[in-house]
Amino acid sequence: MTEENLAPVTMLSTPIRLDYDFTAGLAQSKTLAGYAQGKFIGQRCPKCKQVYVPSGGSCPTDGVAMDEVVELPNTGTVTTYCIVNVPFAGQSIELPYICGQILLDGANISFMGLLQEIPTDEVRMGLRVEAVWVPEDELGPNLSSVKYFRPTGEPDADYETFKEYL
Amino acid sequence: MSAPKPVVGNRPVAICSFAQSPSLRRVDQANEVEMLMPVIAEVFAKANMTKDDMGFICSGSTDYLIGGPFSFVMALDAVGVWPPKSESHVEMDAAWALYEAWVQLQEGVIDTALVYGFGKSSLGDLSRVLAMQLDPYTMGPLWPDQVSLAALQARALLDRGLSTEQEFAEIAARSRHDALKNPNAQVRNEIPVAELLEEAYAVSPLRRHSLPPLSDAAAAVILVAGDRAYDVVDRPAWITGIDHRVETHAFGARDLAVSTSTAMAAKIAGVGNGPVDIAELHGPFAPQEVIVRQAIGLDDSVTINPSGGPLAANPMMAAGLIRMGEAASRIWDGSATRAVAHATSGPLLQQNLVCVLEGES
Repeated sequence: MTEENLAPVTMLSTPIRLDYDFTAGLAQSKTLAGYAQGKFIGQRCPKCKQVYVPSGGSCPTDGVAMDEVVELPNTGTVTTYCIVNVPFAGQSIELPYICGQILLDGANISFMGLLQEIPTDEVRMGLRVEAVWVPEDELGPNLSSVKYFRPTGEPDADYETFKEYL
Repeated sequence: MSAPKPVVGNRPVAICSFAQSPSLRRVDQANEVEMLMPVIAEVFAKANMTKDDMGFICSGSTDYLIGGPFSFVMALDAVGVWPPKSESHVEMDAAWALYEAWVQLQEGVIDTALVYGFGKSSLGDLSRVLAMQLDPYTMGPLWPDQVSLAALQARALLDRGLSTEQEFAEIAARSRHDALKNPNAQVRNEIPVAELLEEAYAVSPLRRHSLPPLSDAAAAVILVAGDRAYDVVDRPAWITGIDHRVETHAFGARDLAVSTSTAMAAKIAGVGNGPVDIAELHGPFAPQEVIVRQAIGLDDSVTINPSGGPLAANPMMAAGLIRMGEAASRIWDGSATRAVAHATSGPLLQQNLVCVLEGES
């Protein structure tokens, strides 16, 4: 044995890989199937009447099954946003770009979406936007089916209409 | 009516409601939250209570089974936590979540708690997932599968003359036979011991019948402290003793043929203070039942695992809690007056919990 072999171990590398099947679940599967048809599909709680998109199947407030399926429109409001300037691993969009929280009309929860067709210095809370879907033959059961959101040109939404969703 | 005086703790706490989903090899449409939802709804319905009646919520689950972060947070959607609730989680079998809830109830501030656990073994390679709980420096990198580890323990037992392969098969046959009466069990059949002994070894000295099934399921119980328990169930299953102990993670430093931690927990929980009618033991591999039974000090008069036990259904993170729910069910229906429930977590019976449940005679 060499001197080096007898040196105390100070670092140990233990490669780990675990593979999983993903179960989207009954409720989320409806939302994912909706993306493949170019539609936003949510669910409404029978008790509090809130609409979640995507839905986890159970109302997080009331703990009851959300069995009413709701198709939501293509339009919504930017509740808040972030302008991304910092490069990162796996980045696929040209910097700078705008990441917005989109509250679809009729929904009670916002989700993250890419904003395009607007200069970064013009984006604002309350901006009215619509989804631009990928061509029909590229639609799939995932959020990549939504190419991005763009301004509709409508007047901005009143702060009072989305202040609960920030 | 009054609750029996607990040996451990000062405040009587009872298991008053229990629900479980059927253990299945693969729940492939519902996700974890959806698997849990009907169980939570049932445990509340049986108690005629709602989430608003709960003073505390505690769950047992692990992200390593689902392969995603914060699965216990998503699972709360199955309960609904508005207005905000005091809530906690253990990365262990939900029997330890019950222990945490029991400790909370001892404080005397709250009277009720919901405890649940869930696990799907079907999403990944369970043997690889469970290797992640081993010591990460010397044992984990070898990726020993859980069956091989259990076989080491079984061999230690045989070499010491403490059990036989015949006994392993008898345990499996009894478990599967008793599971015929349990609609939630997964392995339910009537195969003679002689036939089981003709099976090839999975890993010597374990034949397939000595291995637990891979299960997807969820379970929940409601704990109630003091006289409020009588509002929920006629004959509450009072927790008169409960304790849990842990052993070193270094297998080489343990005598694998015995379970010192189980014996300590059983002593502190007061198992020996009276006769035991039934015991629900969480020894996922048949030889482990021998070890646990010996450690607790249960003689042949005690009915072991009338539900079929973990050899008939073994949902990770829930199977220990199910032992407690099944034992409580025997108190409620009057078929037992004093029952023992045991749960284990970690590799080769590393951590053990023993609980004594009593009904008024």
